[in-house]
Amino acid sequence: MASITKLSRHQARMGYFFITPTLLLFVIFTVIPVIMAFYLSFTNYDIVSKNDFVGLDNYKRLVDDNIFWTTLKNVLYYSVLYIPLNIAISLSLAVLFMRKRIGVKLFRTAGYLPTLTSGVAAATVWIWLLNPEFGLVNDILSKFGIAGPSWLAEMPYAMISIVFVTLWQSVGANMVIYLAGLNGVPEHLYESAKLDGANGWQSFRYITWPALRPTTFFVSTMAIIGALQLFDQAFVLTKGGPANSTKTTVYHIYTQGFGQLQMGYADAMAFALSLIILVFSLVNMKLNKEEDAMI
Amino acid sequence: MVMVVPFVWSLITSIRPDEEIFLLPIQWLPSSVTMDHYRKAFETVPFGLYFWNSFYLAFMGVLFNLLLGSLSGYAFAKLHFPGRDTLFKILLAALMIPGVVTLIPQFFVLKHMPFLGGNDWSGAGGNGLLNSFWAIILPGASGSFAVFFMRQFFVSLPSDLQEVSRIEGSGEFRIYWNIYIPLAKPALATLGIFTFQAGWNSFLGPLIMLNDPAKKTIQLGLAAFAYNKQVDFGPLMAGALIAVVPILILFLLLQKYFVQGIAFTGTKG
Repeated sequence: MASITKLSRHQARMGYFFITPTLLLFVIFTVIPVIMAFYLSFTNYDIVSKNDFVGLDNYKRLVDDNIFWTTLKNVLYYSVLYIPLNIAISLSLAVLFMRKRIGVKLFRTAGYLPTLTSGVAAATVWIWLLNPEFGLVNDILSKFGIAGPSWLAEMPYAMISIVFVTLWQSVGANMVIYLAGLNGVPEHLYESAKLDGANGWQSFRYITWPALRPTTFFVSTMAIIGALQLFDQAFVLTKGGPANSTKTTVYHIYTQGFGQLQMGYADAMAFALSLIILVFSLVNMKLNKEEDAMI
Repeated sequence: MVMVVPFVWSLITSIRPDEEIFLLPIQWLPSSVTMDHYRKAFETVPFGLYFWNSFYLAFMGVLFNLLLGSLSGYAFAKLHFPGRDTLFKILLAALMIPGVVTLIPQFFVLKHMPFLGGNDWSGAGGNGLLNSFWAIILPGASGSFAVFFMRQFFVSLPSDLQEVSRIEGSGEFRIYWNIYIPLAKPALATLGIFTFQAGWNSFLGPLIMLNDPAKKTIQLGLAAFAYNKQVDFGPLMAGALIAVVPILILFLLLQKYFVQGIAFTGTKG
């Protein structure tokens, strides 16, 4: 008995020892910053001289900040386009590539290729492809008799371009996740559905879609978190223009915090944004649960 | 097609002579092949230096995450100690905190590291760890994702090996290092790729923490290149392709693990 407690005490000591570096880094770079962000959002901290407590001033200012609301509208508009399209395209691709045909492996790799690139590199390549005069996109459109717009500089098209580029970059990764999910759907369900005379769409609607609910939940949650924090592509593709129509909230936080050195105010906005992300994630969770109950 | 054409097109642009880039109507194939744009990309910006900086940061990220992530992941999966599950849950919850919340205070914390970068004991006076590569390496050194990923893997391994070695009198560290780490090679390879990719592609962190021109990363260099609307697209495309190559090579080498790893956790990095 004595040796067992000695052993478990040794084990516990080693356990703490093993996680110490991680916990230390976690406290310094996550726990303390989160607490601090909360405090700083009530101050006028500007790195250089000021660090006074200003109460709710930052939050009051946020309510009157037109650009903040514009950026929120922009990221919401972006999310409304991006998230459903992302799910629809990556799921269709996964279903398409699930059937074992020659060359599927090649297609999967090709589909994954854009995911490997950084937001910056992808945006750079697309700046060239979307160039109104010499870009490939408008050249191809002109072959069909369509005069393409100046994609990145005109009002509705700039945001649509960003949606397109980020979709291009992310559907490959989500396709692989959906493929993994599809592998887990038992084959016999499809066979018995076929015997019952179900067509392709019906077996998708009543077998594939419900079986993939956890995967869809995961993909949509990650998409919400990512979409509301959009930065890299907007920064490189459009610099937030034209007329702030593609400026995102993180972009605004970045310019206020690190351009104007209004760190306190930027932190208040960061908190407001995370609250919004949290709300959307919860709604997403709720929606998924309710649909579960319906079936 | 839609997936691959952008790469092909940027490749073609990067090797065709300057006067053909802005020729209308657009021609598919270049009349001659030139490496001028690659040379120019390296001449106008110190691309070689940026490349090396990015590589160093991504490599250090991999090293720290594999070591610390596997150590903690192992402890959370295979060792018993009071408070283990609570601590793990807290770590996991942190995955949900958006990066922009911690961004500004992290800047504050790094700037006010005591005794470093000219700071006194109270963290005042100097720049702390800002403008040092540590400002990027340390905050990302043992991410919740790495711990979570390694824990999931170690949980799936049997505990018998541990029991047997304990009876034979091996210490916990020896068991972790000599028995479990060799078994974890596929998981380590997957985590390594994820971490390398994240480090190589990261943009906002280096943009804020590294102001020293000599410490810029390849993504920063590329973005600075693209700002200027009057850019030469030839060198720009050459730069974009160079920025993709290391990840592409890594992916092709370890493709098997990569797809397996995603299937295994159902997550992306």
